[in-house]
Amino acid sequence: MSGEPIFSNAQTRSFGRFLTVAIPYAWFITFFLAPFLIVAKISLSTAATAIPPYEPLVGWADDGALVLTLHIANYKLIFSDSVYLIAYASSLRNAAVTVIFTLLLGYPLAYFIASRSAKWRAPLLMLVMMPFWTSFLIRVYAWIGILKPNGVINSTLIWLGVIDKPLEILNNQFSVYLGMVYAYLPFMVLPLYSHLEKMDWSLLEAANDLGARPARVFREVTLPLSMPGIVAGSLLVFIPAVGEYIIPTLLGGPDTLTIGAALWNEFFSNHDWPVASTVAVALVVLLVGPLMILQRQQGTGGHP
Amino acid sequence: MNAAQSRFLLVAMSVLALLFLYAPIVSIVIYSFNESQLVTVWSRFSTKWYAALLHDDQILRAARISIEVALLSATGATVLGTFAGYILSRFGRFPGRTLFSGLVMAPLVMPEIIMGISTLLLFVALEAAIGWPHRDIQTIVMAHITFATAFVAVVVQSRLSEIDVSIEEAAADLGARPLQVFFLVTLPLIAPALMSGFLLAFSLSLDDLVITSFVSGPSSTTLPMVIFSKVRLGLNPEINALGALIILFVGVIATIATFRTIFADWRGKRKVETATA
Repeated sequence: MSGEPIFSNAQTRSFGRFLTVAIPYAWFITFFLAPFLIVAKISLSTAATAIPPYEPLVGWADDGALVLTLHIANYKLIFSDSVYLIAYASSLRNAAVTVIFTLLLGYPLAYFIASRSAKWRAPLLMLVMMPFWTSFLIRVYAWIGILKPNGVINSTLIWLGVIDKPLEILNNQFSVYLGMVYAYLPFMVLPLYSHLEKMDWSLLEAANDLGARPARVFREVTLPLSMPGIVAGSLLVFIPAVGEYIIPTLLGGPDTLTIGAALWNEFFSNHDWPVASTVAVALVVLLVGPLMILQRQQGTGGHP
Repeated sequence: MNAAQSRFLLVAMSVLALLFLYAPIVSIVIYSFNESQLVTVWSRFSTKWYAALLHDDQILRAARISIEVALLSATGATVLGTFAGYILSRFGRFPGRTLFSGLVMAPLVMPEIIMGISTLLLFVALEAAIGWPHRDIQTIVMAHITFATAFVAVVVQSRLSEIDVSIEEAAADLGARPLQVFFLVTLPLIAPALMSGFLLAFSLSLDDLVITSFVSGPSSTTLPMVIFSKVRLGLNPEINALGALIILFVGVIATIATFRTIFADWRGKRKVETATA
Protein backbone atom coordinates (compact mmCIF):
# COMPACT_ATOMS: atom_id res chain seq x y z
CA MET A 1 0.00 0.00 0.00
CA SER A 2 1.07 3.59 0.50
CA GLY A 3 4.05 2.54 2.58
CA GLU A 4 7.67 3.43 2.07
CA PRO A 5 8.96 4.50 -1.31
CA ILE A 6 10.74 1.56 -2.90
CA PHE A 7 13.47 3.51 -4.63
CA SER A 8 15.23 5.90 -2.33
CA ASN A 9 18.45 6.34 -4.25
CA ALA A 10 19.10 9.66 -5.91
CA GLN A 11 18.93 8.15 -9.37
CA THR A 12 15.19 7.82 -9.18
CA ARG A 13 14.35 11.08 -7.46
CA SER A 14 14.84 12.47 -10.84
CA PHE A 15 13.14 13.78 -13.85
CA GLY A 16 11.65 10.37 -14.63
CA ARG A 17 9.86 10.20 -11.35
CA PHE A 18 8.61 13.73 -11.75
CA LEU A 19 7.31 12.93 -15.23
CA THR A 20 5.54 9.78 -14.04
CA VAL A 21 3.53 11.82 -11.55
CA ALA A 22 3.13 14.83 -13.83
CA ILE A 23 1.38 13.06 -16.71
CA PRO A 24 -1.67 11.71 -14.83
CA TYR A 25 -1.66 14.79 -12.58
CA ALA A 26 -1.91 17.07 -15.60
CA TRP A 27 -4.70 14.95 -17.07
CA PHE A 28 -6.83 15.12 -13.94
CA ILE A 29 -6.22 18.82 -13.40
CA THR A 30 -7.26 19.49 -17.01
CA PHE A 31 -10.22 17.15 -17.29
CA PHE A 32 -11.53 16.95 -13.74
CA LEU A 33 -10.49 19.96 -11.66
CA ALA A 34 -10.43 22.76 -14.25
CA PRO A 35 -13.96 21.92 -15.46
CA PHE A 36 -15.33 22.62 -11.97
CA LEU A 37 -13.80 26.09 -12.04
CA ILE A 38 -15.40 26.69 -15.43
CA VAL A 39 -18.77 25.54 -14.08
CA ALA A 40 -18.38 27.94 -11.15
CA LYS A 41 -17.52 30.73 -13.58
CA ILE A 42 -20.46 30.12 -15.87
CA SER A 43 -22.85 29.91 -12.93
CA LEU A 44 -22.15 33.63 -12.49
CA SER A 45 -23.19 34.44 -16.05
CA THR A 46 -26.59 34.80 -17.70
CA ALA A 47 -28.10 32.90 -20.59
CA ALA A 48 -27.83 34.43 -24.04
CA THR A 49 -28.86 33.52 -27.55
CA ALA A 50 -25.36 32.89 -28.72
CA ILE A 51 -22.79 30.14 -29.20
CA PRO A 52 -21.96 29.21 -26.47
CA PRO A 53 -25.30 30.26 -24.96
CA TYR A 54 -24.12 32.49 -22.12
CA GLU A 55 -22.82 36.05 -21.69
CA PRO A 56 -19.07 36.36 -21.23
CA LEU A 57 -18.12 37.59 -17.76
CA VAL A 58 -15.42 39.86 -19.08
CA GLY A 59 -16.21 42.34 -21.80
CA TRP A 60 -15.39 45.78 -23.13
CA ALA A 61 -17.61 48.75 -22.24
CA ASP A 62 -18.44 51.42 -24.85
CA ASP A 63 -15.68 53.70 -23.56
CA GLY A 64 -13.09 50.94 -23.95
CA ALA A 65 -12.91 49.98 -20.29
CA LEU A 66 -12.58 46.32 -19.28
CA VAL A 67 -15.76 45.24 -17.51
CA LEU A 68 -16.22 42.18 -15.30
CA THR A 69 -19.89 41.33 -14.80
CA LEU A 70 -20.86 38.77 -12.16
CA HIS A 71 -24.49 37.78 -11.79
CA ILE A 72 -25.66 36.21 -8.56
CA ALA A 73 -29.23 36.08 -9.84
CA ASN A 74 -28.91 32.33 -10.53
CA TYR A 75 -28.02 31.63 -6.92
CA LYS A 76 -30.90 33.81 -5.73
CA LEU A 77 -33.14 31.85 -8.09
CA ILE A 78 -32.24 28.38 -6.88
CA PHE A 79 -32.45 29.41 -3.23
CA SER A 80 -35.84 31.12 -3.60
CA ASP A 81 -37.66 29.05 -6.20
CA SER A 82 -39.38 26.22 -4.35
CA VAL A 83 -38.92 23.89 -7.36
CA TYR A 84 -35.16 23.69 -6.70
CA LEU A 85 -35.53 23.40 -2.95
CA ILE A 86 -38.03 20.54 -3.39
CA ALA A 87 -35.70 18.89 -5.89
CA TYR A 88 -32.76 19.08 -3.47
CA ALA A 89 -34.86 17.77 -0.59
CA SER A 90 -36.23 14.85 -2.58
CA SER A 91 -32.79 13.94 -3.96
CA LEU A 92 -31.39 13.86 -0.43
CA ARG A 93 -34.34 11.78 0.74
CA ASN A 94 -33.95 9.34 -2.19
CA ALA A 95 -30.26 8.94 -1.39
CA ALA A 96 -30.88 8.46 2.35
CA VAL A 97 -33.61 5.85 1.79
CA THR A 98 -31.32 4.09 -0.70
CA VAL A 99 -28.50 3.95 1.86
CA ILE A 100 -30.80 2.50 4.55
CA PHE A 101 -32.26 -0.23 2.36
CA THR A 102 -29.01 -1.18 0.61
CA LEU A 103 -27.53 -1.53 4.10
CA LEU A 104 -30.40 -3.70 5.34
CA LEU A 105 -30.25 -5.89 2.25
CA GLY A 106 -26.49 -5.77 1.69
CA TYR A 107 -25.23 -6.44 5.20
CA PRO A 108 -26.61 -9.99 5.51
CA LEU A 109 -25.33 -10.78 2.02
CA ALA A 110 -21.85 -9.40 2.71
CA TYR A 111 -21.75 -11.21 6.04
CA PHE A 112 -22.87 -14.45 4.44
CA ILE A 113 -20.15 -14.25 1.75
CA ALA A 114 -17.45 -13.29 4.25
CA SER A 115 -18.39 -16.21 6.50
CA ARG A 116 -18.00 -18.81 3.72
CA SER A 117 -14.79 -20.75 3.19
CA ALA A 118 -12.19 -19.11 0.96
CA LYS A 119 -13.12 -21.38 -1.93
CA TRP A 120 -16.68 -20.02 -2.08
CA ARG A 121 -16.00 -16.33 -1.48
CA ALA A 122 -14.64 -15.43 -4.92
CA PRO A 123 -17.49 -17.01 -6.93
CA LEU A 124 -20.13 -15.56 -4.60
CA LEU A 125 -18.53 -12.14 -4.84
CA MET A 126 -18.50 -12.50 -8.60
CA LEU A 127 -22.22 -13.23 -8.46
CA VAL A 128 -22.75 -9.89 -6.70
CA MET A 129 -20.48 -8.03 -9.11
CA MET A 130 -21.88 -9.45 -12.36
CA PRO A 131 -24.96 -7.19 -12.46
CA PHE A 132 -22.70 -4.18 -11.90
CA TRP A 133 -20.84 -5.07 -15.09
CA THR A 134 -24.03 -5.61 -17.05
CA SER A 135 -25.66 -2.58 -18.66
CA PHE A 136 -27.11 -0.32 -15.98
CA LEU A 137 -29.59 1.23 -18.41
CA ILE A 138 -30.91 -2.15 -19.55
CA ARG A 139 -31.30 -3.38 -15.97
CA VAL A 140 -33.26 -0.30 -14.92
CA TYR A 141 -35.36 -0.59 -18.07
CA ALA A 142 -36.12 -4.23 -17.18
CA TRP A 143 -37.87 -3.08 -14.00
CA ILE A 144 -40.47 -1.27 -16.12
CA GLY A 145 -41.49 -4.61 -17.59
CA ILE A 146 -41.64 -6.18 -14.14
CA LEU A 147 -43.56 -3.41 -12.38
CA LYS A 148 -46.01 -2.12 -14.97
CA PRO A 149 -49.78 -2.74 -14.58
CA ASN A 150 -49.70 -5.79 -16.90
CA GLY A 151 -46.10 -6.64 -16.00
CA VAL A 152 -44.60 -9.72 -14.38
CA ILE A 153 -45.56 -8.97 -10.77
CA ASN A 154 -49.12 -7.82 -11.41
CA SER A 155 -49.94 -10.59 -13.91
CA THR A 156 -48.62 -13.21 -11.51
CA LEU A 157 -50.54 -11.87 -8.52
CA ILE A 158 -53.76 -11.55 -10.52
CA TRP A 159 -53.32 -15.06 -11.91
CA LEU A 160 -52.81 -16.38 -8.38
CA GLY A 161 -55.95 -14.55 -7.31
CA VAL A 162 -54.14 -12.50 -4.64
CA ILE A 163 -55.33 -9.20 -6.11
CA ASP A 164 -58.04 -8.42 -8.64
CA LYS A 165 -56.77 -5.15 -10.01
CA PRO A 166 -53.13 -4.25 -10.71
CA LEU A 167 -51.07 -2.65 -7.95
CA GLU A 168 -49.72 0.79 -8.75
CA ILE A 169 -46.04 0.09 -8.32
CA LEU A 170 -44.54 1.91 -11.32
CA ASN A 171 -43.95 5.62 -11.94
CA ASN A 172 -44.18 6.62 -8.33
CA GLN A 173 -41.92 7.06 -5.33
CA PHE A 174 -41.92 3.33 -4.60
CA SER A 175 -40.48 2.36 -7.97
CA VAL A 176 -37.80 5.07 -7.67
CA TYR A 177 -36.69 3.68 -4.28
CA LEU A 178 -36.78 0.13 -5.61
CA GLY A 179 -34.70 1.01 -8.68
CA MET A 180 -32.14 2.94 -6.65
CA VAL A 181 -31.74 0.21 -4.00
CA TYR A 182 -31.38 -2.30 -6.80
CA ALA A 183 -28.77 -0.33 -8.74
CA TYR A 184 -26.64 0.69 -5.76
CA LEU A 185 -26.71 -2.61 -3.82
CA PRO A 186 -23.30 -3.85 -5.13
CA PHE A 187 -21.66 -0.56 -4.04
CA MET A 188 -22.77 -1.33 -0.49
CA VAL A 189 -21.94 -5.04 -0.48
CA LEU A 190 -18.31 -4.67 -1.66
CA PRO A 191 -16.93 -2.38 1.07
CA LEU A 192 -18.97 -4.23 3.72
CA TYR A 193 -17.54 -7.51 2.50
CA SER A 194 -13.97 -6.26 2.40
CA HIS A 195 -14.18 -5.12 6.05
CA LEU A 196 -16.06 -8.18 7.29
CA GLU A 197 -13.57 -10.44 5.56
CA LYS A 198 -10.63 -8.76 7.31
CA MET A 199 -12.38 -9.04 10.67
CA ASP A 200 -10.91 -11.40 13.26
CA TRP A 201 -13.59 -14.07 13.30
CA SER A 202 -12.15 -15.76 16.40
CA LEU A 203 -13.51 -12.81 18.39
CA LEU A 204 -17.02 -13.94 17.44
CA GLU A 205 -16.27 -17.47 18.58
CA ALA A 206 -14.85 -16.12 21.83
CA ALA A 207 -18.00 -14.08 22.49
CA ASN A 208 -20.07 -17.11 21.62
CA ASP A 209 -18.09 -19.41 23.92
CA LEU A 210 -18.45 -16.90 26.73
CA GLY A 211 -22.20 -17.29 26.43
CA ALA A 212 -23.29 -14.24 24.46
CA ARG A 213 -26.43 -14.81 22.41
CA PRO A 214 -26.17 -14.30 18.61
CA ALA A 215 -27.96 -10.95 18.77
CA ARG A 216 -25.57 -9.71 21.42
CA VAL A 217 -22.48 -10.99 19.57
CA PHE A 218 -23.67 -9.09 16.53
CA ARG A 219 -24.46 -5.89 18.42
CA GLU A 220 -21.33 -5.78 20.53
CA VAL A 221 -18.68 -7.43 18.34
CA THR A 222 -19.56 -7.70 14.65
CA LEU A 223 -21.28 -4.35 14.25
CA PRO A 224 -18.53 -2.21 15.84
CA LEU A 225 -15.82 -4.11 13.92
CA SER A 226 -17.58 -3.59 10.60
CA MET A 227 -18.39 0.08 11.21
CA PRO A 228 -15.69 1.38 8.79
CA GLY A 229 -17.28 -0.79 6.08
CA ILE A 230 -20.72 0.59 6.89
CA VAL A 231 -19.43 4.17 6.67
CA ALA A 232 -17.56 3.53 3.40
CA GLY A 233 -20.50 1.69 1.83
CA SER A 234 -22.99 4.35 2.90
CA LEU A 235 -20.87 7.13 1.38
CA LEU A 236 -20.21 5.17 -1.82
CA VAL A 237 -23.98 4.82 -2.21
CA PHE A 238 -25.07 8.22 -0.92
CA ILE A 239 -22.78 10.49 -2.97
CA PRO A 240 -23.66 9.26 -6.47
CA ALA A 241 -27.29 8.59 -5.47
CA VAL A 242 -27.90 12.28 -4.68
CA GLY A 243 -27.14 13.18 -8.29
CA GLU A 244 -28.88 10.17 -9.87
CA TYR A 245 -30.68 11.08 -13.08
CA ILE A 246 -31.58 7.91 -15.01
CA ILE A 247 -33.56 5.97 -12.38
CA PRO A 248 -35.97 8.76 -11.32
CA THR A 249 -36.48 9.63 -14.99
CA LEU A 250 -37.33 6.10 -16.12
CA LEU A 251 -39.09 4.75 -13.03
CA GLY A 252 -40.46 7.94 -11.44
CA GLY A 253 -43.83 9.56 -11.95
CA PRO A 254 -44.82 12.98 -13.25
CA ASP A 255 -44.32 14.50 -9.79
CA THR A 256 -40.87 12.97 -9.26
CA LEU A 257 -38.48 15.90 -9.06
CA THR A 258 -34.78 15.42 -8.46
CA ILE A 259 -31.75 17.63 -8.67
CA GLY A 260 -30.32 15.49 -11.45
CA ALA A 261 -33.44 15.98 -13.56
CA ALA A 262 -33.55 19.71 -12.72
CA LEU A 263 -29.98 20.14 -13.98
CA TRP A 264 -30.64 18.00 -17.07
CA ASN A 265 -33.80 19.93 -18.00
CA GLU A 266 -32.22 23.35 -17.50
CA PHE A 267 -29.40 22.26 -19.75
CA PHE A 268 -31.09 20.23 -22.48
CA SER A 269 -34.66 21.64 -22.52
CA ASN A 270 -34.28 25.27 -21.44
CA HIS A 271 -30.72 25.67 -22.80
CA ASP A 272 -29.99 27.74 -19.73
CA TRP A 273 -26.36 26.77 -19.13
CA PRO A 274 -25.76 29.29 -16.35
CA VAL A 275 -28.68 28.03 -14.23
CA ALA A 276 -27.66 24.41 -14.91
CA SER A 277 -24.13 25.32 -13.75
CA THR A 278 -25.51 26.93 -10.61
CA VAL A 279 -27.48 23.77 -9.82
CA ALA A 280 -24.25 21.78 -10.34
CA VAL A 281 -22.23 24.07 -8.04
CA ALA A 282 -24.88 23.77 -5.32
CA LEU A 283 -24.80 19.98 -5.65
CA VAL A 284 -20.99 19.84 -5.46
CA VAL A 285 -21.03 22.06 -2.35
CA LEU A 286 -23.50 19.65 -0.78
CA LEU A 287 -21.24 16.68 -1.52
CA VAL A 288 -17.90 18.18 -0.43
CA GLY A 289 -18.42 17.06 3.18
CA PRO A 290 -19.26 13.41 2.38
CA LEU A 291 -16.44 13.31 -0.21
CA MET A 292 -13.88 14.50 2.33
CA ILE A 293 -15.02 11.94 4.91
CA LEU A 294 -14.68 9.23 2.26
CA GLN A 295 -11.22 10.43 1.23
CA ARG A 296 -10.02 10.52 4.85
CA GLN A 297 -11.47 7.08 5.53
CA GLN A 298 -9.77 5.56 2.52
CA GLY A 299 -6.51 7.23 3.49
CA THR A 300 -6.60 5.30 6.77
CA GLY A 301 -6.78 1.89 5.14
CA GLY A 302 -10.41 1.54 4.13
CA HIS A 303 -10.95 0.05 0.70
CA PRO A 304 -13.35 1.46 -1.86
CA MET B 1 -33.52 -16.39 18.40
CA ASN B 2 -31.03 -19.26 18.57
CA ALA B 3 -27.99 -19.88 16.40
CA ALA B 4 -29.74 -22.22 13.93
CA GLN B 5 -32.58 -19.76 13.36
CA SER B 6 -30.25 -16.83 12.81
CA ARG B 7 -28.18 -18.87 10.38
CA PHE B 8 -31.34 -19.76 8.44
CA LEU B 9 -32.40 -16.11 8.37
CA LEU B 10 -28.97 -15.10 7.08
CA VAL B 11 -29.07 -17.60 4.23
CA ALA B 12 -32.68 -16.68 3.37
CA MET B 13 -31.87 -12.97 3.22
CA SER B 14 -28.76 -13.55 1.11
CA VAL B 15 -30.71 -15.67 -1.36
CA LEU B 16 -33.38 -12.96 -1.47
CA ALA B 17 -30.80 -10.26 -2.18
CA LEU B 18 -29.25 -12.34 -4.98
CA LEU B 19 -32.68 -13.04 -6.51
CA PHE B 20 -33.38 -9.31 -6.37
CA LEU B 21 -30.13 -8.62 -8.26
CA TYR B 22 -30.88 -11.16 -10.97
CA ALA B 23 -34.67 -10.88 -11.44
CA PRO B 24 -34.54 -8.04 -14.02
CA ILE B 25 -31.74 -9.71 -15.95
CA VAL B 26 -33.64 -12.99 -16.19
CA SER B 27 -36.88 -11.25 -17.08
CA ILE B 28 -35.36 -9.26 -19.93
CA VAL B 29 -33.77 -12.34 -21.46
CA ILE B 30 -37.07 -14.27 -21.28
CA TYR B 31 -39.14 -11.45 -22.76
CA SER B 32 -36.66 -10.89 -25.58
CA PHE B 33 -37.95 -14.18 -27.02
CA ASN B 34 -41.58 -13.14 -26.74
CA GLU B 35 -43.42 -12.98 -30.04
CA SER B 36 -45.99 -10.45 -28.83
CA GLN B 37 -45.68 -6.75 -29.62
CA LEU B 38 -47.10 -6.10 -26.15
CA VAL B 39 -43.70 -6.70 -24.53
CA THR B 40 -44.95 -7.99 -21.17
CA VAL B 41 -47.76 -10.26 -22.35
CA TRP B 42 -46.33 -13.64 -23.28
CA SER B 43 -47.63 -15.10 -26.54
CA ARG B 44 -45.09 -17.55 -27.92
CA PHE B 45 -41.40 -18.10 -28.50
CA SER B 46 -39.88 -16.10 -31.31
CA THR B 47 -36.54 -14.68 -32.37
CA LYS B 48 -38.09 -12.02 -34.57
CA TRP B 49 -36.92 -9.09 -32.40
CA TYR B 50 -33.34 -10.24 -32.82
CA ALA B 51 -33.88 -10.30 -36.56
CA ALA B 52 -35.45 -6.82 -36.40
CA LEU B 53 -32.34 -5.56 -34.60
CA LEU B 54 -30.14 -6.60 -37.52
CA HIS B 55 -32.15 -4.33 -39.80
CA ASP B 56 -32.22 -1.33 -37.48
CA ASP B 57 -29.58 0.96 -38.97
CA GLN B 58 -29.82 3.48 -36.16
CA ILE B 59 -28.98 0.84 -33.55
CA LEU B 60 -26.24 -0.77 -35.65
CA ARG B 61 -24.54 2.58 -36.28
CA ALA B 62 -24.77 3.52 -32.60
CA ALA B 63 -23.39 0.13 -31.58
CA ARG B 64 -20.39 0.62 -33.85
CA ILE B 65 -19.71 4.06 -32.38
CA SER B 66 -20.09 2.73 -28.83
CA ILE B 67 -17.64 -0.11 -29.38
CA GLU B 68 -15.10 2.21 -30.99
CA VAL B 69 -15.42 4.66 -28.09
CA ALA B 70 -15.17 1.85 -25.53
CA LEU B 71 -12.00 0.39 -27.09
CA LEU B 72 -10.26 3.77 -27.21
CA SER B 73 -11.43 4.79 -23.73
CA ALA B 74 -10.46 1.48 -22.14
CA THR B 75 -7.00 1.67 -23.70
CA GLY B 76 -6.46 5.22 -22.46
CA ALA B 77 -7.88 4.47 -19.01
CA THR B 78 -5.68 1.39 -18.64
CA VAL B 79 -2.51 3.36 -19.38
CA LEU B 80 -3.47 6.27 -17.15
CA GLY B 81 -4.94 4.04 -14.44
CA THR B 82 -1.77 1.94 -14.30
CA PHE B 83 0.29 5.12 -13.84
CA ALA B 84 -2.09 6.34 -11.14
CA GLY B 85 -2.34 3.01 -9.30
CA TYR B 86 1.45 2.56 -9.40
CA ILE B 87 2.09 6.07 -8.10
CA LEU B 88 -0.46 5.68 -5.29
CA SER B 89 0.92 2.37 -4.13
CA ARG B 90 4.68 2.69 -4.74
CA PHE B 91 5.69 6.34 -4.64
CA GLY B 92 5.18 6.97 -0.94
CA ARG B 93 4.78 10.61 -0.05
CA PHE B 94 5.31 13.35 -2.57
CA PRO B 95 4.15 16.95 -2.70
CA GLY B 96 0.48 17.07 -3.70
CA ARG B 97 -0.20 13.40 -3.00
CA THR B 98 -3.47 14.04 -1.14
CA LEU B 99 -4.84 16.14 -3.98
CA PHE B 100 -3.62 13.54 -6.48
CA SER B 101 -5.39 10.63 -4.79
CA GLY B 102 -8.49 12.79 -4.40
CA LEU B 103 -8.49 13.68 -8.11
CA VAL B 104 -7.95 10.08 -9.20
CA MET B 105 -10.58 8.57 -6.91
CA ALA B 106 -13.30 11.25 -6.90
CA PRO B 107 -14.74 10.15 -10.28
CA LEU B 108 -15.63 6.80 -8.62
CA VAL B 109 -18.40 8.50 -6.69
CA MET B 110 -18.92 11.91 -8.29
CA PRO B 111 -22.47 12.06 -9.72
CA GLU B 112 -22.23 11.60 -13.47
CA ILE B 113 -24.41 14.59 -14.15
CA ILE B 114 -21.80 16.86 -12.54
CA MET B 115 -18.95 15.33 -14.52
CA GLY B 116 -21.04 15.56 -17.68
CA ILE B 117 -21.82 19.26 -17.49
CA SER B 118 -18.37 20.27 -16.22
CA THR B 119 -16.47 18.32 -18.88
CA LEU B 120 -18.71 19.71 -21.60
CA LEU B 121 -18.18 23.28 -20.41
CA LEU B 122 -14.42 22.65 -20.51
CA PHE B 123 -14.63 21.43 -24.10
CA VAL B 124 -16.79 24.39 -25.10
CA ALA B 125 -14.40 26.85 -23.45
CA LEU B 126 -11.39 25.15 -25.10
CA GLU B 127 -13.06 25.20 -28.49
CA ALA B 128 -13.87 28.87 -28.14
CA ALA B 129 -10.28 29.63 -27.11
CA ILE B 130 -8.15 27.40 -29.35
CA GLY B 131 -10.60 25.88 -31.84
CA TRP B 132 -10.25 22.39 -30.45
CA PRO B 133 -11.88 19.90 -29.69
CA HIS B 134 -14.98 19.53 -31.82
CA ARG B 135 -17.66 17.54 -30.09
CA ASP B 136 -17.58 14.02 -31.52
CA ILE B 137 -16.01 10.68 -30.64
CA GLN B 138 -12.81 12.29 -29.34
CA THR B 139 -14.63 14.34 -26.67
CA ILE B 140 -16.55 11.25 -25.52
CA VAL B 141 -13.30 9.28 -25.29
CA MET B 142 -11.56 11.97 -23.24
CA ALA B 143 -14.49 12.17 -20.81
CA HIS B 144 -14.71 8.38 -20.51
CA ILE B 145 -10.97 8.03 -19.88
CA THR B 146 -11.33 10.53 -17.04
CA PHE B 147 -13.94 8.54 -15.13
CA ALA B 148 -12.82 5.01 -16.06
CA THR B 149 -9.20 5.63 -14.96
CA ALA B 150 -10.33 5.62 -11.33
CA PHE B 151 -11.67 2.07 -11.65
CA VAL B 152 -8.48 0.82 -13.32
CA ALA B 153 -6.39 2.56 -10.65
CA VAL B 154 -8.32 0.79 -7.87
CA VAL B 155 -7.82 -2.61 -9.50
CA VAL B 156 -4.10 -1.98 -10.14
CA GLN B 157 -3.51 -0.54 -6.67
CA SER B 158 -5.15 -3.48 -4.94
CA ARG B 159 -3.10 -5.91 -7.04
CA LEU B 160 0.13 -4.04 -6.27
CA SER B 161 -0.67 -4.12 -2.56
CA GLU B 162 -0.68 -7.93 -2.74
CA ILE B 163 2.71 -8.09 -4.41
CA ASP B 164 5.77 -8.13 -2.23
CA VAL B 165 7.75 -4.91 -2.77
CA SER B 166 10.97 -6.80 -1.99
CA ILE B 167 10.87 -8.42 -5.45
CA GLU B 168 11.04 -5.00 -7.06
CA GLU B 169 13.65 -3.84 -4.54
CA ALA B 170 15.77 -6.88 -5.34
CA ALA B 171 15.71 -6.02 -9.04
CA ALA B 172 16.65 -2.43 -8.23
CA ASP B 173 19.48 -3.56 -5.95
CA LEU B 174 20.78 -5.80 -8.70
CA GLY B 175 21.15 -2.75 -10.87
CA ALA B 176 17.94 -2.58 -12.89
CA ARG B 177 16.95 0.94 -13.75
CA PRO B 178 13.48 2.09 -12.58
CA LEU B 179 11.98 1.67 -16.06
CA GLN B 180 13.47 -1.83 -16.33
CA VAL B 181 12.08 -2.74 -12.92
CA PHE B 182 8.68 -1.50 -13.97
CA PHE B 183 8.53 -3.16 -17.38
CA LEU B 184 10.35 -6.40 -16.55
CA VAL B 185 9.20 -7.07 -12.99
CA THR B 186 6.16 -5.05 -11.95
CA LEU B 187 4.20 -5.09 -15.20
CA PRO B 188 4.25 -8.89 -15.71
CA LEU B 189 3.12 -9.35 -12.09
CA ILE B 190 0.16 -6.99 -12.44
CA ALA B 191 -0.78 -8.02 -16.00
CA PRO B 192 -3.98 -9.83 -14.94
CA ALA B 193 -5.11 -6.70 -13.09
CA LEU B 194 -4.48 -4.64 -16.23
CA MET B 195 -6.65 -7.05 -18.17
CA SER B 196 -9.48 -6.80 -15.60
CA GLY B 197 -9.07 -3.04 -15.49
CA PHE B 198 -9.24 -2.79 -19.27
CA LEU B 199 -12.40 -4.92 -19.43
CA LEU B 200 -14.03 -2.98 -16.58
CA ALA B 201 -13.24 0.33 -18.29
CA PHE B 202 -14.56 -1.07 -21.56
CA SER B 203 -17.89 -2.11 -20.09
CA LEU B 204 -18.28 1.15 -18.14
CA SER B 205 -17.64 3.15 -21.29
CA LEU B 206 -20.01 0.99 -23.32
CA ASP B 207 -22.72 1.60 -20.73
CA ASP B 208 -22.36 5.31 -20.01
CA LEU B 209 -25.35 7.50 -20.81
CA VAL B 210 -25.25 10.69 -18.74
CA ILE B 211 -21.70 11.94 -19.37
CA THR B 212 -21.90 10.87 -23.01
CA SER B 213 -25.14 12.80 -23.56
CA PHE B 214 -23.40 16.00 -22.50
CA VAL B 215 -20.15 15.65 -24.44
CA SER B 216 -21.26 13.93 -27.64
CA GLY B 217 -21.84 15.73 -30.90
CA PRO B 218 -24.61 15.36 -33.47
CA SER B 219 -22.73 12.67 -35.41
CA SER B 220 -21.69 10.59 -32.42
CA THR B 221 -24.86 9.14 -30.90
CA THR B 222 -23.91 6.11 -28.81
CA LEU B 223 -25.92 2.97 -28.10
CA PRO B 224 -27.09 3.98 -24.58
CA MET B 225 -28.33 7.30 -26.02
CA VAL B 226 -30.42 5.47 -28.64
CA ILE B 227 -31.73 3.02 -26.02
CA PHE B 228 -32.63 5.85 -23.64
CA SER B 229 -34.54 7.82 -26.25
CA LYS B 230 -36.47 4.70 -27.31
CA VAL B 231 -37.18 3.65 -23.73
CA ARG B 232 -38.49 7.08 -22.77
CA LEU B 233 -41.17 6.61 -25.41
CA GLY B 234 -42.26 3.34 -23.80
CA LEU B 235 -41.36 -0.33 -23.78
CA ASN B 236 -39.94 -1.62 -26.99
CA PRO B 237 -39.51 -5.33 -27.76
CA GLU B 238 -36.41 -4.63 -29.84
CA ILE B 239 -34.76 -3.13 -26.76
CA ASN B 240 -35.44 -6.39 -24.89
CA ALA B 241 -33.51 -8.28 -27.56
CA LEU B 242 -30.75 -5.69 -27.59
CA GLY B 243 -30.63 -5.78 -23.79
CA ALA B 244 -30.31 -9.55 -23.80
CA LEU B 245 -27.44 -9.32 -26.29
CA ILE B 246 -25.65 -6.64 -24.23
CA ILE B 247 -26.11 -8.74 -21.09
CA LEU B 248 -24.65 -11.75 -22.87
CA PHE B 249 -21.75 -9.74 -24.32
CA VAL B 250 -20.83 -7.90 -21.13
CA GLY B 251 -21.52 -11.00 -19.04
CA VAL B 252 -18.90 -12.91 -21.02
CA ILE B 253 -16.43 -10.04 -20.57
CA ALA B 254 -17.12 -9.92 -16.83
CA THR B 255 -16.70 -13.66 -16.48
CA ILE B 256 -13.37 -13.55 -18.29
CA ALA B 257 -12.21 -10.60 -16.18
CA THR B 258 -13.17 -12.07 -12.81
CA PHE B 259 -12.17 -15.64 -13.56
CA ARG B 260 -8.84 -14.42 -14.84
CA THR B 261 -8.31 -12.49 -11.64
CA ILE B 262 -9.25 -15.40 -9.43
CA PHE B 263 -7.11 -17.78 -11.45
CA ALA B 264 -4.19 -15.38 -11.82
CA ASP B 265 -4.42 -14.62 -8.13
CA TRP B 266 -3.82 -18.21 -7.29
CA ARG B 267 -1.13 -18.61 -9.95
CA GLY B 268 0.50 -15.27 -9.08
CA LYS B 269 0.79 -16.22 -5.43
CA ARG B 270 2.37 -19.50 -6.41
CA LYS B 271 4.85 -17.74 -8.65
CA VAL B 272 5.83 -15.34 -5.89
CA GLU B 273 6.13 -18.23 -3.45
CA THR B 274 8.34 -20.14 -5.86
CA ALA B 275 10.37 -17.04 -6.61
CA THR B 276 10.91 -16.20 -2.97
CA ALA B 277 11.36 -19.77 -1.74
